[in-house]
Amino acid sequence: MSQERQYPLQGYRVINFGWVFAGPYLATMMGDLGAEVIKIETRSRVDSMRLSPDNLDRDPDRDPWFHSGVRNQLSVTLDMAQPAAIPIIKQLVKISDIVVENFSPKVMRDHDLHYESLAKVNPGIIMISLPATGHYGPLRDAQTYGPSLTGLAGVDNLVGYYGERVLGLQQAYADVNSALHGAFAVLAALRYRKRTGKGQFIEMAQLEAVIGIAGEAVMEYVMNGNVLGTQGNRYPTMCPHNNYRCKGEDNWVSIGVKTEQEWKNFCEAIGNPPWAQDERFADKYSRLKHQEELDRLITEWTVNYTHYEATDILQKHGVAAAPCLDTEGRFFDPHLQERRTYLEVEHPTTGVDFIANTAWVLPDNPTEIRHRSPLLGEHNSYVFKELLGMSDEEIARLESEKVIY
Amino acid sequence: MADKALSGLKVLEWADFIAGPYCGKLLADLGAEVIKIEKPGTGDEARQRGPFPGHIPHPEKSGLFLYLNANKLGITLDPEIFTGKKILTELVKKADILIEDHAPAAMVSLGLDYTSLQGMNPGLIMVSITAFGQTGPYKDYKGYAINASALGGQSVCAGEPGREPLTPPLCLGHYQSGAAGAAAAMAALFARDFSGRGQQVDISEAQVWATLHTGNQESSFIMHGMKRMRWGHRTPGVYPYTILPCKDGFMSMIAIQGYQWKRFLEIVGDGQVPEWYANDPRFQDRRELSLKYADEMDALLAPWLMAHTKQEIYAMCREKRIPFAPVRNMEEVVNDEHLKVRDYFVEFDHPVAGRLKYPGAPGKFSESPWAIERPAPLLGQHNEEVYCNRLGYAREDLERLRNAGVI
Repeated sequence: MSQERQYPLQGYRVINFGWVFAGPYLATMMGDLGAEVIKIETRSRVDSMRLSPDNLDRDPDRDPWFHSGVRNQLSVTLDMAQPAAIPIIKQLVKISDIVVENFSPKVMRDHDLHYESLAKVNPGIIMISLPATGHYGPLRDAQTYGPSLTGLAGVDNLVGYYGERVLGLQQAYADVNSALHGAFAVLAALRYRKRTGKGQFIEMAQLEAVIGIAGEAVMEYVMNGNVLGTQGNRYPTMCPHNNYRCKGEDNWVSIGVKTEQEWKNFCEAIGNPPWAQDERFADKYSRLKHQEELDRLITEWTVNYTHYEATDILQKHGVAAAPCLDTEGRFFDPHLQERRTYLEVEHPTTGVDFIANTAWVLPDNPTEIRHRSPLLGEHNSYVFKELLGMSDEEIARLESEKVIY
Repeated sequence: MADKALSGLKVLEWADFIAGPYCGKLLADLGAEVIKIEKPGTGDEARQRGPFPGHIPHPEKSGLFLYLNANKLGITLDPEIFTGKKILTELVKKADILIEDHAPAAMVSLGLDYTSLQGMNPGLIMVSITAFGQTGPYKDYKGYAINASALGGQSVCAGEPGREPLTPPLCLGHYQSGAAGAAAAMAALFARDFSGRGQQVDISEAQVWATLHTGNQESSFIMHGMKRMRWGHRTPGVYPYTILPCKDGFMSMIAIQGYQWKRFLEIVGDGQVPEWYANDPRFQDRRELSLKYADEMDALLAPWLMAHTKQEIYAMCREKRIPFAPVRNMEEVVNDEHLKVRDYFVEFDHPVAGRLKYPGAPGKFSESPWAIERPAPLLGQHNEEVYCNRLGYAREDLERLRNAGVI
């Protein structure tokens, strides 16, 4: 094709103040769709995504999380704590379409970078804030990390072996969830602006975005005053429904059986053992009632096969099954490989990275890594000189004053 | 009615249970017109799921269904019958977006695969949400939420070492794939603005887990050979990164910064770091502590934690800017003062289920409001509206279609 490739968000510019890590994830989704994303960061308070627990070298340009989670973004260093940085940021906002931030509630206002102030500079701007609990309300100043938000939201209370103690998701699920919902919200707001010309402010409290995905537990309380506890691998309308031990070290196969036909298929797949005819397992009601015993008997079959072998046998009989894969297992899985789930990207500090692809597949607009993960401040020259037209002298002065820092 | 972000967008939802309907809900709540297609007779599987008031099953009173399907028009249709398929294609011709969750091979054998549908409507965006996606060796595998989270690597991250991995509770992954579908549908609209053509958005729930949720592990694996596993109620690397029992429940206790942990120890020690901590050299490096002595530390903290309630601990921690949080149950969440002040939960009437409270907006929009305009449809509630008023069928046809099991 002679004409330049057109990305879905071609021509849009995003200013990303986000840091560890709802904001940066959202901004990366915009970047993967072809928007020009500029991450504003500073050496005086390095984004902890650049110094994650997996960064064994403690070099902010060599963080594995950051390399995967922040790509298709440019990096400029501007220290917001320096008043001289604020007008520069506003100039950038003026030539941009979307602003993303996930600081605690007061930060943007304290720096005169809240929505009302930015809308004066650029009335069409769409700004999304992703605070933990919200910009107002009694818990607005609550300090949290992603994993404690699923605790506050009532989700962690469901995670643990059935009827045993709470273990929790142990992951920043809330950050990822709000990045995804935030991406949808921003794109919807952009559709609205395309139609009406109006920008707007979106406040997405991570706490609220995560409660909505536990709809069943909310409704169970609202309707019956029932509080659900740890669910284990049980689900009220499926049995068997569990991860079963397989041959090999820490290998497990996930199996889900919903209909009576699937149960028949399942019994056939495992060779119709005599116990399958037992009246304790004759229908779903009975199976749900005796599921511990059923799981024990199923394990007698699964331990004879690897997780892949068991999957293969069950799927051939029309039973839902899949291996439980760990980090390494996913890397080598043929299905994930064929779908380009992880992309090989060159990076100056590591040689080669393997990074996660986008969550969705758009066949006509496959994700391209136009910009591998940026070094801290790598695009200062492009942004300050080319976009903002600042002179070398001015840039040098701001660098010496640690405004550009 | 106020102008909404997605006013004018026409969406057809031919999907059951959670993933597809949640995708449709996100679009409908921002103003898209969503027509939901259900199986004649039984309807969406979520109608059987519950929860039900008093635990008495009733297809119009399932909490899950009522929550996921407000704001939608509901019709019954069986596209596996010739006339049903014909009607579906008539609807597809008028739609911007079709959300569906069927096995790829089933869509081909029905002649309703994307290539066929795009022939009738070149601008059609089809959001296909399945466990493993439209391509790859497992595309024809059957999969539920538990299977997608297994392949996508989420399951091995929860649970105790040596015991079975835990899939996220209550099919949480379905909500993630639904949200990914909604975001990607928006992206496909922008792409259509340039190209004039729609495309089939391919959502694999396993891929959503494997990229967004667990994807950053791959680069750590390649760079350092690191693997994320399950470690029970804690995550090693720093102590505390844990969930511990207290008098009336559990506290989520994570302190990444050293000062946060020191302040907490000062509370435990009544103003100063307890001697049993300060004088033990083994406890001073918090990485070592997390790897070698976490059980011991849990036990040392237990007496103090068990003497205090969640609320007491949370209040003390907030005052000292320590980012610990209570593990709340749904009773505490639904009655939370903070969420009340913010009007998070919404309440509305339903002709059969009555007035109920539901989870509200994931985000607050300053210009184009999120709003619930109508409750979830009764089974086939909008058949006449859609078939007669929009597609031009006569009332007698409706009767005939019903008798033939088409609707």
